[in-house]
Amino acid sequence: MTDVLNSLILLLVAAIAYGTPLLFGTLGEILTEKSGNLNLGVEGIMFMGGAIGLGGMFYFEKLTGITSYPLAVLIALLAAFLAGALASLIFSFLTITLRTSQNVTGLALAIFGTGVGQFAGEMMRIRVGGYVSLSLELTNALPASPFPQALQDIPYIGKLLFGNSIFFYLGILAAVLMHLFLKKTRKGLYLRAVGENPSTADSAGISVTRYKYLATVVGGGLSAIGGVVYIITTAGCTWNNEGLSGVGWLAVALVIFCLWRPLSALWGSVLFGALMILYMRLQLPFIPTELYKILPYVVTVIVLILSSLRNNKEKQPPEGLGLAYFREDR
Amino acid sequence: MAESIKAPLIRLEKRGENGLNPAAVWGIRLGSIAAALLLGCVAILLTGNNPIKAYGTMINGALGTAVYRQQTIKRAIPLLGCALAIAPCFKMRFWNIGAEGQITAGALAATFVARTCTGKLPSLPLLLLMALAAMVLGGLWGLIPGFFKAKWNTNETLFTLMMNYIIIGVVAWLQAGPWEAKQGRIAHFEEAAELPLVAGIHCGWIIVLALVLFMHVYMRHTKHGYEIAVIGDSLRTAQYAGMNVGRIMMRTMFLSGAISGLVGFIIASGTSHTLSREIAGGVGFTSITVAWLSQLNAFAMVAISLLLGILSKGAATLQTVMNVPVAISDIITGLLLFCMLGSEFFINYRLILRKKRGGKEARK
Amino acid sequence: MGIGPYGYSYNERMVYLEYAIELRGITKRFGPVVANDGIDLGLARGEILALLGENGSGKTTLMNMLAGIYLPDEGRILADGRPISIRSPRDAYAHGIGMIHQHYKLVDVFTAAENIVLGMEGEKKLDIKKANARVREICERYGFDIDPEKKVYDMSVSEKQTVEIVKVLYRSAEILILDEPTAVLTPQETDRLFAILRKMREDNKAIVIITHKLNEVMAISDKVAVLRKGKYIGTVNTAETDPHALTDMMVGRSVTLNIDRPLNPDRAERLRVSGLTVFDHEHVKKLDGVGFTALGGEILGVAGIAGSGQKELLEAIAGLCPVARGSITYLPPEGGADELVGRTPMQIRKKGVSLAFIPEDRLGMGLVGSMGMTGNMMLRSWRRGSGPFVKRKQPRDLANKVLNDLEVVTPGIEFPVRKLSGGNVQKVLVGREIASSPSVLMTAYAVRGLDINTSYTIYNLMTEQKMKGTAVIFVGEDLDVLLELCDRILVLCGGKVSGVVDARTATKEEIGLLMTSVGGKEGA
Repeated sequence: MTDVLNSLILLLVAAIAYGTPLLFGTLGEILTEKSGNLNLGVEGIMFMGGAIGLGGMFYFEKLTGITSYPLAVLIALLAAFLAGALASLIFSFLTITLRTSQNVTGLALAIFGTGVGQFAGEMMRIRVGGYVSLSLELTNALPASPFPQALQDIPYIGKLLFGNSIFFYLGILAAVLMHLFLKKTRKGLYLRAVGENPSTADSAGISVTRYKYLATVVGGGLSAIGGVVYIITTAGCTWNNEGLSGVGWLAVALVIFCLWRPLSALWGSVLFGALMILYMRLQLPFIPTELYKILPYVVTVIVLILSSLRNNKEKQPPEGLGLAYFREDR
Repeated sequence: MAESIKAPLIRLEKRGENGLNPAAVWGIRLGSIAAALLLGCVAILLTGNNPIKAYGTMINGALGTAVYRQQTIKRAIPLLGCALAIAPCFKMRFWNIGAEGQITAGALAATFVARTCTGKLPSLPLLLLMALAAMVLGGLWGLIPGFFKAKWNTNETLFTLMMNYIIIGVVAWLQAGPWEAKQGRIAHFEEAAELPLVAGIHCGWIIVLALVLFMHVYMRHTKHGYEIAVIGDSLRTAQYAGMNVGRIMMRTMFLSGAISGLVGFIIASGTSHTLSREIAGGVGFTSITVAWLSQLNAFAMVAISLLLGILSKGAATLQTVMNVPVAISDIITGLLLFCMLGSEFFINYRLILRKKRGGKEARK
Repeated sequence: MGIGPYGYSYNERMVYLEYAIELRGITKRFGPVVANDGIDLGLARGEILALLGENGSGKTTLMNMLAGIYLPDEGRILADGRPISIRSPRDAYAHGIGMIHQHYKLVDVFTAAENIVLGMEGEKKLDIKKANARVREICERYGFDIDPEKKVYDMSVSEKQTVEIVKVLYRSAEILILDEPTAVLTPQETDRLFAILRKMREDNKAIVIITHKLNEVMAISDKVAVLRKGKYIGTVNTAETDPHALTDMMVGRSVTLNIDRPLNPDRAERLRVSGLTVFDHEHVKKLDGVGFTALGGEILGVAGIAGSGQKELLEAIAGLCPVARGSITYLPPEGGADELVGRTPMQIRKKGVSLAFIPEDRLGMGLVGSMGMTGNMMLRSWRRGSGPFVKRKQPRDLANKVLNDLEVVTPGIEFPVRKLSGGNVQKVLVGREIASSPSVLMTAYAVRGLDINTSYTIYNLMTEQKMKGTAVIFVGEDLDVLLELCDRILVLCGGKVSGVVDARTATKEEIGLLMTSVGGKEGA
């Protein structure tokens, strides 16, 4: 019995580790989509966040010689955020100001971002002449829990509640803050109005352009943090070209799965994380292990179909999602 | 709103009846390509190389010798084929971004036929059967989201996107499980299941060129093409004319998926000679931008897919010669797409700058 | 007071003090069309002003300039005697002006209160409880019946309208403009709305109600201002006028157009409609037991104020909108009878029923804007012939024929029709429909936005068709045209047939009264 429980807890902890990058990627995309922008470039944004976040930490440590956990976390977040915000700024400028197609521009950003991420990662590898990795101290500390060992040693719940990387707790914070922002603040309400019905928002005197830009840029920054979190929690703080591939697309799927709700993204990301690693941990008869990996997508498709079938107004994408809004069309 | 108190600094105006003259349009488009290449210089400079030399290397690597040219064309073939597949969907304003999956589905079906029928059939029937199977499975993979869109208006962008990863997951499973030969790879095809070479390149190039003609005729001269164009322009007009929009939507998605599936067969049988989860390798996504930038014109797609083929082959050479990461190709492709997408705005709109004085009075 | 139906001359010094908002010499042009021509109007506090006029007379445009949607080209707007400029809805609110548009601007997934506070300045934190309370308070004061926490998608049309009104009151508007508020309401809901408007009047607010329904004008307003074809006609006290006088002001004197109207001696029943009832997708009844016959060799005019069911009538016959009850029987010239209800547009055509339908939304429904004339001619014939290919020769010939016969001005037959002027677009559409030699030809607002010459071309084409034996159904808005072009006129009012008159003997007043249903009994 204890064995089962213990392995379940281990599974959950691992699921959280795999789910945390998704959580950030998803939260960022939720914010973006709430403004009516469908940014399909998340994959590219997360690659950029991963490479540039890692690069930030790596060069900071190398150049200053300071090995500091809090500073490393801060630099990782900041560098990744800036990279993602910049990428989304390109997207915003093209789709909002130059009125290009969101789908096509998003895909172009996915290609571009993946390229920039891999290019940056490779360049660092070439410059360094080997693996780009942080000091052993940081490599061990970053994915580990920030809480004292005593808390983690509490039977059962200790590992679960206090045994995760700091990024998971930051992710929870971000999700809760985003939920409060969207539901409880004036700006959040206005942002949702922009995504639902931009012409109504416009006629109410809300600057559709400003809201779209801000939400998309901040959302892109958040998504990019997911990239660097992935490098830290699951890729051992080193760069490899393929590691991140697919995470961004999974984040786009998760946005649909959790019906554009930041709080649902919390358990959704853990669930998707679990599905990603189940094949390593759990052997079930009849279900081939590799097929676990497609479960998130299958489930998402089912959610998508059901929500269109039931036509429940609360469970639909923002009404203006993917559509360009121009004032003259009013 | 505060901004509207005075006339805005820059005002937009849609270009009138005749728009820009063709020379200016092409000027803007070529200018955007030049701008992208210029921006690409920044990335090359970061590697400590001379951009002019780098671009020279790329062009040489892509077009310098017959073999290089063949390899460049090999890279352009799937892009072109897949862009052609996407064109009718986009013309209909059905945002099929599932070509990646439809390619994979086609390759999967072709591989299945190759595995089961090799040795039992001579080469030509075998290849034809592989192509047919690829088209059917690719078509079905496109039909599923098409069906739900037609029936319940399920969001096709997100649906087709998800379908990509489902089929890629299935291939990953086959690769590591039932079809595994060794080390998580599927065995190479027998020679009978490989596309024969014509002029040094697998004969897929003939297939896609035939597809160019087919798609041009299909879109411009057939009843189907006409229906697609009317639906894309106005759903209400299509209904007014008595078209069965749902059926046309499903039919078009099947066709689109089938052509993508055929491309999957070409890649599997012509290039990789095996199946793997990376078989589509992003072609499905890149080709969407090819189709879009060509404004769904089949002949323009030939040029743009060749351009991207040159970039990608050139970048591969750049890596071996100058040690510039091959990802530079994705960066330049991305920049190229950004600039070309953005340039359309300047073709369609005229910017009117506010006059220094009098702007305020004019609105009073 | 010196106020008469045609000669209201206003005294500047007097109104200076009296009016909350005053318009002086307001002119608004859209391209060559003058929508408002030098209009003077005053809105007083504690008064309900009805702004009356036919469709296209410029009522909504005028009020949109108060609401900050348009800027006037000429003229001034005064608030309490001081000139102001209104450049956005926000400006309008700042001056206490709120307009309830015909198309509601609401976010479906938001609650009433969330919609109401949208766009307002305020604290960072959204205190929705406070907003709910304030909404409830307003509702109580004026007798609205809405739940601030109800989602808009769960609301009826009338509730949505209420939200729009509360939205305006929430912003402390002193001047309320309602654009055709009763168009979507049931009689009971209309009564309730009027009670609320009266309460607001007691509250000393200035209220404008845009309408073309005379009975409502008589029921609710204190004063009536009439516009006709963009011009200000005059203002009268409601108590001192009657529907006949208002109709006169609204439609003006008859104008002689000299449209040629020969009589086709060979007339035969071609279309028999009975008990036709249609609901729109919001489940509002749009047609209510409509019955009539259309004869081959005759132009049947359809008159009625906008939204009386004209569009639904044509679409139902064409098979484009579902019919709840009733029958539409087609009687082919060669004999027999075919029921059209329940058939798709394609089946209707396949049965050999040739209905040519010219919808009012030309580019959105009748034509493919991105294609040239040839492509648009094909919309009727693309399925013809066996094999997968479309035949272009015949449509191209047809395009050339239409181009020459109707004198379409276009750089070429492959030039996208979207870029043509309205008149030319209409010629392409009419040319195509007539070319299919229909036995029933239906048109909706065929001459809307066209210049005089093109309009006459269209009239002549209709008459030509009539003389060929076609049953022409002509939905129009200009009574002068209907009276001179048609043989008989069917008048719709609120989805019902309020009368069928002989166009050769009927008068404009007679039809005007039928349209507004006040004269329903005496006219029928």
